[in-house]
Amino acid sequence: MLLYALRRLIYLVPVAFGVSLLVFALVHLAPGDPISAIVPPDAPKEVVDKLKEYYGFDKPLPVQYGRWLLVTLSGDFGTSIGTGRPVAQEVGSAFGNTIILAIAACLVAFSLAIVLGTAAAYAKSRVVDRLVTSIALVGVSVPHFWLAIVLVIIFSVELGWLPPMGLGPENATGWRLDWPHIRHMILPTIALSVIPLGVMTRTVRSTIKEILSMEFVTALQAKGMNDRQILFHVLKNAAPVCLAVMGLQAGNLIGGSILIETVFAWPGTGFLLNSAIFRRDLPILQGTTLVLAFFFMMLNLTVDVIQTFVDPRIKRG
Amino acid sequence: MFKRLRLAAVAGLFAATAAPAFSQGTLRIGMTAADIPQTTGQPDQGFEGYRFAGYTIYDALVNWDLSKADVLADIKPGLATEWSAVEGGDGKRWIFKLRQGVKFQDGTDFDADVVVWNLEKILNDKSPQFDPKQAAQSRQRVPTLVGWKAIDKYTVELTTRIANALFPYDMSYILYSSPTQWEKLGKDWVKVALQPIGTGPFKVDRVVPRERMELSRFDGYWDKARVPKLDKILLFPMPEAATRTAALLAGQVDWIEVPAPDAIPRLKQGGMSIVTNKYPHNWAYQPSMVEGSPWTDIRVRKAANLAIDRAGLTKLLGGLMIESKGVVYPGHPWFGTPSFDIKYDPAAAKKLLAEAGYSATKKPKIKIAISTSGSGQMLPLPMNEYVQENLNAVGFDATFEVMEWNALVTFSFQPVTGDASTKAGTNGINISRATVDPYSAFMRLYHSDFVPPRGANWGILKDPKLDALINTAHSSFDRAAQTKALADVHTYIVDQAYWVYIAHDLNPRAMSPKVKGFVQAQSWFQDFTPITMQ
Repeated sequence: MLLYALRRLIYLVPVAFGVSLLVFALVHLAPGDPISAIVPPDAPKEVVDKLKEYYGFDKPLPVQYGRWLLVTLSGDFGTSIGTGRPVAQEVGSAFGNTIILAIAACLVAFSLAIVLGTAAAYAKSRVVDRLVTSIALVGVSVPHFWLAIVLVIIFSVELGWLPPMGLGPENATGWRLDWPHIRHMILPTIALSVIPLGVMTRTVRSTIKEILSMEFVTALQAKGMNDRQILFHVLKNAAPVCLAVMGLQAGNLIGGSILIETVFAWPGTGFLLNSAIFRRDLPILQGTTLVLAFFFMMLNLTVDVIQTFVDPRIKRG
Repeated sequence: MFKRLRLAAVAGLFAATAAPAFSQGTLRIGMTAADIPQTTGQPDQGFEGYRFAGYTIYDALVNWDLSKADVLADIKPGLATEWSAVEGGDGKRWIFKLRQGVKFQDGTDFDADVVVWNLEKILNDKSPQFDPKQAAQSRQRVPTLVGWKAIDKYTVELTTRIANALFPYDMSYILYSSPTQWEKLGKDWVKVALQPIGTGPFKVDRVVPRERMELSRFDGYWDKARVPKLDKILLFPMPEAATRTAALLAGQVDWIEVPAPDAIPRLKQGGMSIVTNKYPHNWAYQPSMVEGSPWTDIRVRKAANLAIDRAGLTKLLGGLMIESKGVVYPGHPWFGTPSFDIKYDPAAAKKLLAEAGYSATKKPKIKIAISTSGSGQMLPLPMNEYVQENLNAVGFDATFEVMEWNALVTFSFQPVTGDASTKAGTNGINISRATVDPYSAFMRLYHSDFVPPRGANWGILKDPKLDALINTAHSSFDRAAQTKALADVHTYIVDQAYWVYIAHDLNPRAMSPKVKGFVQAQSWFQDFTPITMQ
């Protein structure tokens, strides 16, 4: 098992290198000059040139990439051209906020999806199955930023029950596990969990349905096992597929929350990316995207390792 | 028993979800910025930065009088009590007498050495306190300033490269931060950004990047008439208009900048007031004036100006614009007496195009570089589509080169003859301009010496008569003569229809009825000191 994990970890090195190259290239391919975003339109050329030199944007792109790779490998990530603060510090604090929201959305989406998907797969009544399938369909179809705005209108503006924006109360710094902060999380969590809820419900339902039609289930029934014991075996067999999809969805939640975080002014990586895009803050864009990409890779690796625990056939394969 | 429990649960829910109580003197503002503007002295994020992180925390030698809504905001003494060009000094040397007894929020005295230290901070890249980020935000605001020295403790002499009668306007953009704080924080501007110290009416209590900035009243402010009535101002970055609207309606903030036009009825229905006023903003098409461009023919420029149904555009924007009649709006001190009346007259527009030799088979081809969004750009896509319909209706062949805001800003760094414009085939650009002072309204945009990268004369307009008029304004040291000269400049520009003038924004902001005492000045900047919370 350890060998398997190590081997997968080594495979990550060339992938990580490729990701860093891709991130750098994509950020630099976008139109616009990074310095133009931080200076007024009629700033003197010598000031713009000095800033380019100061931030190293006057060097050829391969040189810029090499320098960025070196500082990144040292864990530095450089300095934000928008704020002058270290990128690692900016990304670190934003990443923590995003993780909090992503974990909450994962908990809501995955737990509901397992219950709903299993219920639909087991349902004798077509009504239950169709109801759950409809919920899943709505989940994957509704644009989550639109849902976010609707939720804000209903629960913040009309009913006045929940705050529409921010990490927490105005007199608090950072996030804490208490009710005033949780109130701020409820709407973004719901908006963020809708897509993974839809995807996971469909996955759980179809996987369990497929497993229920397998011969081993009939054999278990013939052996006299009760429904609860059979459900345990079914879930165990469904786990590898569901885990793989969960891993992807969790990754999407962390990397794809830019619109939700902007709508709710939630100061996570999505909000940071939004701000960095508008300011053409390349060091922040590169640093955030790279951290998210690495996190996605590590998440996939973790899911793969867990899958081998659950289903040793994967390891053998 | 169960009924009582249910009641208790409902009461508990209400108690738990009720909005927390706020201090009566705390004003909470949702900004359009996605992050807290630079707080070290020279703010970034355009004039929104100056509004919230500039004139709140700092002062300039020359401040803006933001106390009136019915007249254009003008300059007034700030940290300097008086200024004048040295007599017999060819108009290049200025003496600024500093206000005595002014203290920074950390107790440091404000004096001539502080002025010199701050100018070195942005203009001398060899000085230890030089900050490239602040320099980037401020150098273009003082394009003629080349020398500075302390004459005595409360007098400084500033030297300009050329005679510049409008130099005091330039000095309104240079803000003074505490040298002591910079020393105390290890000479590190990044640290100063989190604990800045100025001489302004508000001091910074806390800066949480991307979340909020907390300002509180500075009781020791030198201008006793402008000591804030508020206890605190909390500023929240909210780039998304829907978020700002919801936050205001939900009571999470008391004031939002730039509500979306389609949200105005809902905000009014929610009891919010929409505050607007005219201010020096200009949304226009800046045409190419190089050989071969159809815009070089005055009849084409006039036709375009007459083709636009500005009343319809105003309706499209829910009333949040002024129909443009030039660089500045009628009633502005520099408006002058142009004979060309910019209005909607499609028949006259068609006639002018016909006179210029154009027809249904030979249309003037215009291609304007526009953005999808951006600071001061209002609603660029629907507005441009509307104007395009108007132009095409009278016989133009109008198309757009659409790009993201920062790409358009970069695009404007080269003149129309540059690679970017040549490749895109554009002969016009749509960038909204702040016309706050004479330099930003005329010199940088219309003077032939200010073709990019030196200025923003993107279309390479070269008119010796106009240059002479602008030069006259910049060398008129008498205030009345200066205003008259600027009115002459504007009259000439409008009569030549040098740009296609379309709209002036109305600077809308929405606020809760709890906000009292706010006077919206005719300015990009606003004064928060008279505000109270009911």
